[in-house]
Amino acid sequence: MSFEYPEDLRYLDSHEYVRLEGDIATIGITAFAVEQLGDIVFVELPEAGDTLIQGETLGSVESVKAVEDLYAPITGTVVESNAIVIDTPEKLGEDPYGEGWLLKVKLDATPDLSEMMSAAEYRDRVEGE
Amino acid sequence: MGQETALQKTPLFDCHQGLKARIVEFGGWSMPIQYQGITAEHQAVRQKVGMFDISHMGKFRLQGPDVLATLQTLVTSDLSVLQPGQAKYTVMLNPQGGIIDDLIIYDRGKDASGISHAIVIVNASTTDKDKTWLTPHLAAANITLTDESTQNALIAVQGPQAIATLQTLTSYDLSTIPIYWHADITLMDRPAWVARTGYTGEDGFEVMVAPEVGIALWNRLLELGVTPCGLGARDTLRLEAAMALYGQDVNDTTTPLEAGLGWVVHLDKPNFIGRDVLLQQKERGLLRSLVGFEMQGRHIARHDYEIQVDGKPVGIVTSGTFGPTLEKAIALGYVPPEFAKPGQSLDVIIRGKACPAVVVKRPFYRRPKVT
Repeated sequence: MSFEYPEDLRYLDSHEYVRLEGDIATIGITAFAVEQLGDIVFVELPEAGDTLIQGETLGSVESVKAVEDLYAPITGTVVESNAIVIDTPEKLGEDPYGEGWLLKVKLDATPDLSEMMSAAEYRDRVEGE
Repeated sequence: MGQETALQKTPLFDCHQGLKARIVEFGGWSMPIQYQGITAEHQAVRQKVGMFDISHMGKFRLQGPDVLATLQTLVTSDLSVLQPGQAKYTVMLNPQGGIIDDLIIYDRGKDASGISHAIVIVNASTTDKDKTWLTPHLAAANITLTDESTQNALIAVQGPQAIATLQTLTSYDLSTIPIYWHADITLMDRPAWVARTGYTGEDGFEVMVAPEVGIALWNRLLELGVTPCGLGARDTLRLEAAMALYGQDVNDTTTPLEAGLGWVVHLDKPNFIGRDVLLQQKERGLLRSLVGFEMQGRHIARHDYEIQVDGKPVGIVTSGTFGPTLEKAIALGYVPPEFAKPGQSLDVIIRGKACPAVVVKRPFYRRPKVT
């Protein structure tokens, strides 16, 4: 099975992605994660003003059959959590890189992305599974 | 991948792969967990008709002088009222009153030479354990147990349109088989054994046929628009119907009284294995009871999560899911009887947070009556 992994994103082993635009990071989960989870029914996210710490859990995504913790790819302060996916979690499954984003976060400092993967590296990692 | 365990495959395995099902290990078998998605498969069964490959289930054929009289001492239900062609859902217990397995006994009556026959369908994961337990008890009564678990295909066709769909493949009037009865019929010009039983809360049949007939039947049903459904939807469907899953809601350490299966326990029967313990439990009262509860928020309670009342641990969740028909998170779990009444507030500890739930009457879902 092959999915889209946009080139401009960086990817975590635990299937989150991050998109950097200036000092704002957009966090979501990948098309592979969405496929593995199946029908998503509930997304639990921090609220605007909450602090994220790189590597720590920030919330969870529940599907009918499983729950997966979400991990913060960067450290910063939440500016917005996506009300659309909170109210209609199935949107996350339909468009994970667009309308299905989870959080917009203001970075505290230049993030260390050395642990994160490029689209090609992530593709190799998940399609090798 | 690495570990190559010898998982068994059902006769329909290639069909599942052809349909691009996601395959998982279940009870020693490679089984489809989903095809298009759990919710869509679930809704197909509630609204139209779906089919499940349940060929992994244990299938025993029993024959001997008086099969039911011997089974009568091994299960909690009263089998003396069974008639040939009828079936009974029941449990068999160990001497401590724990459930060895839940099963369905199908009475096939006596043949011309006076030998009685029965089919017993058990859980896949417990097939070997059940056989080991049953064989000496049956042998002592000159009853033979033939394990046909890997020899036949078993397909469950379930949903409001299940009977009408299957009816197009047989001249036998399926509506004459009542719920929890079974019959030998001709289906697609081949012999088939059909039972009006299931594990979804919907009407339907479970059909046992030879492997090659199973493949032909599966493909024919696909052509007729029946939705293939995996173990994922089977779990959400059975949980909405509040049916226990062996190994999860019930096991060797839970008694049927604790599990809310009192309706299959006939203590007036003079003797069955485990009866003494159940009598004692009845006298002294239960320490825990399986209850159904609905989550008040959108968090989903899952297997092994802790249940609290007023901040104190009182029990454990055994099964939980999002119920696609109910559009609510539902769960089963054990709590002391004082907290088991409908309306009781509970908290389920989900990732460190107390999430409110309320005990409700079971089943969560009951199919609408056909008028």
